[in-house]
Amino acid sequence: MSGASQVLQLTDPLPLDGGSELAQAEIAYETYGTLADDRSNAILICHALTGDQYVASTHPVTGKPGWWERVVGPGKPIDTDRYFVVCANVIGSCMGSSGPASFAADGKPYAMRFPVITIRDMVRALVALLDALGIERLHAVVGGSMGGMQALSLAANWPERATRVLVIASTSRHSAQNIAFHELGRQAVMADPNWCGGDYYAADAQPDSGLAVARMAAHITYLSEEALTEKFGRNLQDRETKSFGFDADFQVESYLRYQGSGFTRRFDANSYLYITRAMDYFDLAEEHGGKLADAFAGTTARFCLVSFDSDWLYPTSESRHVVHALNAAGAAVSFVELSAPHGHDSFLLDVPALDRVVKGFLE
Amino acid sequence: MSVLRPDLAAIAEAIAPGTRVLDIGCGDGTLLGELRAAKQVDARGIEIDPACVERCVAQGLSVVQGDADSALADYPDKGFDYAVLSQTLQTARRPDLMLDQLLRVGKQAFVSFPNFAHWRTRAALMFGGRMPVTRSIPVSWYETQNIHHVTVKDFRELAREKGARIEREWFFAGEKPVAGASNLRAEFAVFLLSR
Repeated sequence: MSGASQVLQLTDPLPLDGGSELAQAEIAYETYGTLADDRSNAILICHALTGDQYVASTHPVTGKPGWWERVVGPGKPIDTDRYFVVCANVIGSCMGSSGPASFAADGKPYAMRFPVITIRDMVRALVALLDALGIERLHAVVGGSMGGMQALSLAANWPERATRVLVIASTSRHSAQNIAFHELGRQAVMADPNWCGGDYYAADAQPDSGLAVARMAAHITYLSEEALTEKFGRNLQDRETKSFGFDADFQVESYLRYQGSGFTRRFDANSYLYITRAMDYFDLAEEHGGKLADAFAGTTARFCLVSFDSDWLYPTSESRHVVHALNAAGAAVSFVELSAPHGHDSFLLDVPALDRVVKGFLE
Repeated sequence: MSVLRPDLAAIAEAIAPGTRVLDIGCGDGTLLGELRAAKQVDARGIEIDPACVERCVAQGLSVVQGDADSALADYPDKGFDYAVLSQTLQTARRPDLMLDQLLRVGKQAFVSFPNFAHWRTRAALMFGGRMPVTRSIPVSWYETQNIHHVTVKDFRELAREKGARIEREWFFAGEKPVAGASNLRAEFAVFLLSR
């Protein structure tokens, strides 16, 4: 499913937190703008769970605009007339970077033989990409949701690599509730008879039903009750009365089915398993002896955290937890909880206050 | 250089260059911006209003959205050379506990507040029989954020009870400094405390 991105092939094996290493890892990426002669204007944008490197360019599979085209571009909050923007597909994913659908040394897809990866492994690959691009120190690293986890991981583990760290609607660790929702999704994928232990790449049928259910469940967590009620309420879909059956009677059912089926066309089921696992394993404090402040000890970067009041997946308390640790570490940190009705998805949607914060923080 | 409110100007003037300052209830960051520009201060702020925080972040200031009553607990002991609380003490749920926190996170603490014992306030209450609305306390009793009115005399007493030393003090009527009979003549007071 790889698009037209540039692909970096790593010459050295990529060491992984799980103890193994990934040979001949590939990292697919997009860039926007021009790298300054002194290489000081680079901004790394990290994508969310089902995002990709097409942050501000047309998606090759769906034909839709980039996922943050509203924010990234000439004259936009992340101004590509000034900054050189890099966005790469995380390892484990399926848009050109090495993942379970990639071919292993034996010429067959890795499938479940792909090593289990962590958020820090993803960032290790991103750092290798920065090395290859000759970018020693980023003007900023920016990420929302899982992208925010990567931004925090980069700040904690490669503190000299970024001057500014912008973390939107994210967390330093997955809660039991977060893990529970992801487990629901993984079980839906693995219960699909077409999943076949992950070896479905050569088969006629893919585990689309399971993946669609996983996406439907996750999608509910991305929205707020208010947004769902306002958008759909209990309205019926293309009918006057209930069918007394199990068709999509309600508009919200029809919407979720549409979201689920659209997702299977652009995403690999095994990648969904690997990436959700990486997110569930994420616990930045645990990586640093149990104390989150220690993850940021001695940091010179400036941090900005943004949460949304309607986000119940990564609520404001999660951001405050990180802010508390940054304060304890003496880091320069800003934090704002923005009011937006869209739930967790607010970071992808039109929230003018977010644009102002992003632009102001990057100046 | 922008024109600062007299209490903020006194604070800005007294702060040593290159120090670490936490401004609690920093509003749109006027004092922080001034300190950063004029004194190369490592300036941080806490502000409850998200619109103000947004304006601070847009200026590149490090400001955390939070309620001063609870957010101070997140900061380490003596992490700052100065903690600043300008015109916010009277809005705190427990000004006495707030003062403890200020003297914990800052090696020194500036506190400024409108003086409820100013003669104009006294006169309004005594002769009008109504809660004063004056230029230092400009809002009616039912809509004011001030929930604990305080006088210069009360504040000195609180500082003494808390074991805080008064290092310096400033008094103003409008823009002008006041010397003598401060509890009667000052509309605003600024104290620099240490412990």
